[in-house]
Amino acid sequence: MEIVLALAIGALTTCGVWLMLRPRTYQVIMGLSLLSYGVNLFIFSMGRLAVDLEPVLVPGQPVTLAYNADPMPQALVLTAIVIGFAMTALFLVVLLAQRGFFGNDHVDGQGDDE
Amino acid sequence: MNHLLIAPILLPLVTACLLLLVGDRKHRSQAALGGLALLANLGVAVLLLAQALGGGANAYGIYLPSNWEAPFGIVLVLDRLSALMLVVAAVVALAALVFSLARWDKAGAHFHVLFQVQVMGINGAFLTGDLFNLFVFFEVMLAASYGLLLHGSGPSRVKAGLHYVTINLVASSLFLVGASMIYGVTGTLNFADLAAKIPLIPAGDRPLLHAACAVLAVAFLAKAAMWPLNFWLVPAYAGASAPSGAVFALLTKVGVYVLLRLSTLWFSPQAGDSAGFGGAWLLWGGAATLAFGALGMLVSQRPARLAGFAVIVSSGTLLAMVGLARPEVTAGALYYLPASTFAVAAFFLIAELMDRSRQSDAQSRRAPEDEEDHLPFALADQELDEDTNLDDQEEALIGRPIPAATAQLGLAFIACTLLVAGLPPLSGFVGKVFMLSALVQGAGAVAWTLLALVVLSGLFALVALSRVGIRFFWAPVDRGAPVLRVAEFLPVALLVVLCCAYTVYAEPVMRYTRATAADLYAPGGYVQAVLDARPLPTATNAERLGLPLPPGAGGATR
Repeated sequence: MEIVLALAIGALTTCGVWLMLRPRTYQVIMGLSLLSYGVNLFIFSMGRLAVDLEPVLVPGQPVTLAYNADPMPQALVLTAIVIGFAMTALFLVVLLAQRGFFGNDHVDGQGDDE
Repeated sequence: MNHLLIAPILLPLVTACLLLLVGDRKHRSQAALGGLALLANLGVAVLLLAQALGGGANAYGIYLPSNWEAPFGIVLVLDRLSALMLVVAAVVALAALVFSLARWDKAGAHFHVLFQVQVMGINGAFLTGDLFNLFVFFEVMLAASYGLLLHGSGPSRVKAGLHYVTINLVASSLFLVGASMIYGVTGTLNFADLAAKIPLIPAGDRPLLHAACAVLAVAFLAKAAMWPLNFWLVPAYAGASAPSGAVFALLTKVGVYVLLRLSTLWFSPQAGDSAGFGGAWLLWGGAATLAFGALGMLVSQRPARLAGFAVIVSSGTLLAMVGLARPEVTAGALYYLPASTFAVAAFFLIAELMDRSRQSDAQSRRAPEDEEDHLPFALADQELDEDTNLDDQEEALIGRPIPAATAQLGLAFIACTLLVAGLPPLSGFVGKVFMLSALVQGAGAVAWTLLALVVLSGLFALVALSRVGIRFFWAPVDRGAPVLRVAEFLPVALLVVLCCAYTVYAEPVMRYTRATAADLYAPGGYVQAVLDARPLPTATNAERLGLPLPPGAGGATR
């Protein structure tokens, strides 16, 4: 399971970084989204991977990490998702404004010959 | 618990909500409300500074917003450093807001709301004692800064804004990766708890922790504009409207603050194998930043771009001094920090007034294009118009009266030049003397290299600023006198006068920064104060705390 998750995070991050270095704003925003998915999964994995652990406290069970999933990364990832989502939305607005001003979707506003 | 501690966060937040309700159409009410809130914010910051000044047991103010003790609940911490930073931020924010009242606040929607949110984010970043809360306040601060950067719109602002947003989103991702790795290794996110736990980490996990801290540091270094993470800064800051630029001068200081706070807390001499981690990177990165900023000042022509590079020089100096990790040098750097922040903020405001004096009113609201900066020296400006007042030898008459507005602007510009270049008699010089004299005491190759860099950067700044000053104020070009409004000149004058007062009161300030630096390099007091703070007993937690519930609920513990 660790291998699968690590590969998934790696693939998302690689694609994200590659797309982010591309010259089109749309590619950049896709890259940023993929990167944030990779980061969110990474945060989640920092609470250690486990199967069949209780997500919330259950009466009668000891309140330790051996019997419960770590709630902290879940709280963190929730916050990160919300903030990342809002920032992506804001980026879209800037992207559209850029397109309106320069008439193309190059990140530097310079249309090339393609 | 001292409830005043949360006021710097709540006050701008509540004001921002009220401003939204008031609506953009009622400019006057919005301006009055926003201005009053920032005045109150300054008052609160000064009160908190007075509290931190007291020293002793009161030197650390701990506030537990969730009423849970430290490693579990979030915590706000006030110490000498954060109190100082709060006051600096409050002063700059107030000056920028007053400046904006003349025209900028009407150039787009929701300026006042964004401004309050910006102040809230900055204050929160200074007060928080928790890594994830720091992330949240960083995002609040950045979200508002995106809005303020784009305020007024225009192609060059949008272009710079696109790059700025992208860089900061990437930096935020790195922040998250670093923070979660630290949590994965240590199981805590509280600054003080981490400081206590870092010495205990097993040797096998330590490289992972160092990697996490390095990833985290990249996020802060991008914010603090360390070379080579700072190429976004100058176009963005120079393109932004003047009040936004002045506030952005604070954002780099937030990065420096966090680096100083975390490096002294986590990598103190008590941190075992992690002691001094990253110091060399800060030192040499800061030195490279300083060199880059100084060269940048030399090659730029537009005042706003000069101000952008002045921000880089200031943060390069601070990073290099912090990287040395010597209390005396840090004390000097902390003296230099407010002076250079005020000076750069004032410079952003002056730059706009200077830029505007050559443009028509409608033009001046647009972000100026960068292209004119490519001219080696704006020759077009130098040519004489036909009706220039000439004497018998066909030379322009010198000694004609300078309009009062130009004279005032020129005086403010000279003061800013002295401050930014670090020349006597103003506080920029005093700050540099404090830093450099402490630096050479432990003389070595490093100290002398840094000394040479700081002095040379001062020289470069002087050359660049004098050139711009001559071009704008003395070159005999028929240019209308700038229109100075009281609201615009007042904040500039305020910042300059403040810097002068700062020079006069250098000794008490220096005593304060020495105490601050001593606290920083002996983080035991901070850690103990945070971990010892106890929540107020209430009906819900009395049992857990093993305390009898007081009859009249309440009763302060700390």
